[in-house]
Order: sequence, then structure tokens, then C-alpha cells
Amino acid sequence: MEIQEIHARLAREFPDAVEAPPEVTSGETFLKVTAASIQDVCRFLKTESDLEFDSLMSLSGVDYPPEELVVVYHLCSTLRRHRVVLKVFVPREDPKLPTVSSVWPTANWHEREAYDLFGIRFLGHPGLRRILLPHDWEGHPLRKDYVFPTEYRGIKCHD
Amino acid sequence: MTRKREFKSQEIYVNMGPQHPSTHGVLRLMLRTDGEIVSDVAPMIGYLHRCAEKYGESGTYQMMIPYTDRMDYLAGMNCNWAYCLAAEKLGNVVVPERAEYIRIVMGELNRIASHLIAFGTYGLDLGAFTPFFYALDEREKILDLFEMVCGARLTYSYFRIGGVSQDLPEGWEQRCNQFIDDFRLRMKEFNDLLSHNYIFIKRTADVGVISPAMAIDYGCTGPVLRGSGVRWDLRIDEAYSLYDRFRFQIPIGRGEKGAIGDSWDRYMVRIREMEQSCDIIKQALRGLPDTGEYRAKVPKVFKPPKGEVYVRSESSKGELGFYLISDGTDRPYRVKARSPSLSNLCVLPAISEGMMIADLVATLGSLDIVMGEIDR
Repeated sequence: MEIQEIHARLAREFPDAVEAPPEVTSGETFLKVTAASIQDVCRFLKTESDLEFDSLMSLSGVDYPPEELVVVYHLCSTLRRHRVVLKVFVPREDPKLPTVSSVWPTANWHEREAYDLFGIRFLGHPGLRRILLPHDWEGHPLRKDYVFPTEYRGIKCHD
Repeated sequence: MTRKREFKSQEIYVNMGPQHPSTHGVLRLMLRTDGEIVSDVAPMIGYLHRCAEKYGESGTYQMMIPYTDRMDYLAGMNCNWAYCLAAEKLGNVVVPERAEYIRIVMGELNRIASHLIAFGTYGLDLGAFTPFFYALDEREKILDLFEMVCGARLTYSYFRIGGVSQDLPEGWEQRCNQFIDDFRLRMKEFNDLLSHNYIFIKRTADVGVISPAMAIDYGCTGPVLRGSGVRWDLRIDEAYSLYDRFRFQIPIGRGEKGAIGDSWDRYMVRIREMEQSCDIIKQALRGLPDTGEYRAKVPKVFKPPKGEVYVRSESSKGELGFYLISDGTDRPYRVKARSPSLSNLCVLPAISEGMMIADLVATLGSLDIVMGEIDR
């Protein structure tokens, strides 16, 4: 199924929650979904018999200062052989959105990674804590304005 | 006459790792156990985190290639390849035919090398020492072949955006052909040593069973997914490079020794994949054009147009994907690596409840994880 069809399908079910895919000159396009409805949209995409997005390939954060953080979901259906990209834009000051780890269990660790490196909070996540960095690390390194620390627990680092 | 004794049992927490021979790198498993029975496993990762994605954003597109080597350091060629595929799609680069054939040969040789380590260390995990030496002996010959083409034995950086860094040296094809012929004969020894060994089967059959639905839900890919009986291989299902010209089988777990998706099935998928890789290499060496470019003309300052791509390829561990965003400059705005080992490991807590500690070792080994790729 092409992305326009998927959009039409979602727009019927969730009016106002999904925007039409923007025209891109190069690369892949995406569907913009509102933060509040991402969990319902994902569950719909996974369970509906003509969509069957059974696999979450990747979940990534992207930082667009000064306003927004984006969570990108790359979905694929191993049964129907189609894929789609979803994006949720959240404010940089207070980035939070519902978790999809109840839809695809693999999202659990991917969301922890996005929390760890971008500081995005996933509401309803079963154990949202740092995954790659130490638990007492300060800041979220993949944000564009991240300032590199000069010391960690008495270990000095040089430029 | 025996006297009945009352045993008091109590749950305790045990650290397995981060320095533990069976965790395949610096992985720490927090176990909650009651005697030998595991009631909960919590993997703690991140000991090998080297900010690869941050580095990716701070350098040019080409500068990321050496970092990809250090992700899955047992299959550096496959990691180079996945990244270059993404950069090429982003920049609309067409790779010459000769380069594609060279890439396929390297990718498949590295797949064999990586599966050999999986085979050897899995034997070690379960107490069989000899297979490891047989595996390393063969792997050394593959590394010799790699050394001939790029000078490196572990971190190759042989792939470039648009092709490979240099052409094959004189006589390389014959040597590679000879290796494959010899290797096919050695495969029988591997099976005699380990695959059909009675103790090995007892240790792995019906252990750590992953159902097909569970494997997909947890994002398992590669031999772990195929071990559960799902016929899914990106080389065929989303044929990239020139894989659509090749004829080969996708081995899947069939539950020959126990349930479908047990540790033996995952192990056996890797052994059979090595045979298939031999077939692919033979076909590629036959089809390799004698003349032609080994690298497309790509400008030194590589500036792909604004846009984004997610490209995935079948590495030896599973689906290795790169998500690249270009803002039109010579540096990527965002580099995200989707590593197969991370998703393959996150299924472990779900399948290990109620398992013996020794079986946990057998299960973990059968997932064939590489920490460099998980922590990045």
C-alpha cells in the first residue's frame, strides 16, 4: 500500500490527527501524527487486517532547535511488504508523548534510548530510565546544543 | 530410613558480567535467581558506548565509515556496506557493476567469518573447546583475503560511497575460489564436531524457544528471526545491490531437534547460511565483470540534497539500518544506526523466566550479539 492510501485510511479513522504526506524532492516522505493520538494510530496500523504493520524497524529522535524535537517511527509489514514513516513533533521545552511499547515490545529499548540521548519522555513506559549512559549522567548528548562535560566523577577530560 | 528435610529457598540477585566469558563482551545481566532457577533477567548495556551517532553528525559523510567498522567489529564489511547504501540513496549515487560484485563477495565472506565466530564461541559457552580452533583457523584465511584487498584484518573501511576503495589485487579471485572449495569440505567437520554432537543437542534443543510472533514483536531479525521459522531475508525480500541476480536458499528453523525457534535451530540456521554464502560467492566470482570501474565518480565534497532515508540491509546479525537526514551540507544532520543485536537482545528477558542459569548461557550464546553494535 502506498503512503497516500495509508494516509487516506488513517484520515478516515482519525480526523485531525494525521497530516497528508508533504512533497519531498529527495528521499522518503512521512506522515505527521499528533502526539496525543500516536498510540492509537500505531495500534490501528498494527491490527487492521489490510495494514498489518507488525514490525517497528526503528524509532529515533531528531532535534530541531530552538522549537521542536521529533520522534520518527519506521514501520514495516512483513506480511504485506509495505512500509511507512511516522513523525511526531513535540515541543523542545517539555517533550512528552505516549509510549508505543505496549504495541510493539521492541519499542521499550528504543524509547529508552531516545529518552537517554534526547530527553524525550514517553508516558506510560514500563521503565523509562537511561540505557546507554550511566544513570547519573547529566544532559542529553544528541541534542544540538549539548555542552560537553569537562569532568565526570572526578575524571577530567580535555578538549 | 530417610529423614525429611525442610529446604528454605530465597531469591537473590546475581550479577552476570560485565566481565564474564559467556556474555560476549561487556554485557551485564542482572539475574534474580532462586537457586539455579532464573526468575528475572535485566540486561544492562552501554559499557561500550562511544557516541558513534554524535561523531557521525560532527564529521563529513565519508568520515563516518571508519566508525561503522567499530560497530559490529566481527562484520565490518557489512556495516560499511549498510552505511554506504544509505549515503548513496541519499545522494543518488549509482554504483558500478564491478563494484557491486566486489561488495557482494566481501559481504558474504564477512558473513561467513562472523558466523564462524558465532559457531566457535557458542561451543566455548557450552564447554566444547575444539570447535573454536577449527572456526578461527578458517576465519584467519578469510582475514588473509581481506588483508590482500585493503590491508586490514578487522576494521576494514574498504567500502566507499560509490564503490570500494581499491580494485582487487592480482590473483585474488583464484585464491578466494580456492578458499571456498576448501571451506565447503571443512563444513562437514563442523557438523561432526558440534551440530550433531549428542551433548550439544541436549544442551540446546528446546532451550530458549522464541515463537515467530514473539520474534517479530520484539524486532528480532537475521538468524534469530529465521531460526523461529520466519522466511525473511532482506537480500531477497528487499533485494538491494544485485542480490536479485543470485540464486540461493533462505535456511529457516524447522524444529528438527526440539521446538521450532529453539537455540539449536538458531545455531543451525547460521551453519546453513555459511553454505549459502559459499554459493553466492561462487556465483559472484563467475559473474564479476573483468573490466569496469570499482568506484563511481563521487565528488570529494559530498553534498546530498535535502532529505532523509532509512536504508536497511542484511548483515550477519540481522537487519542493520541507517537513518540519515541531510540538510544539504557536507555533514549529515542526523545519523541513526538501527543495530540488529540490540533488538535481538531485548527479547532475552521475555524468554528466560523460569530457566536454569546454564540454559541462560546457552540462550544468550544462540542470539549471537556483539556489544560494539548494541552500545555504538
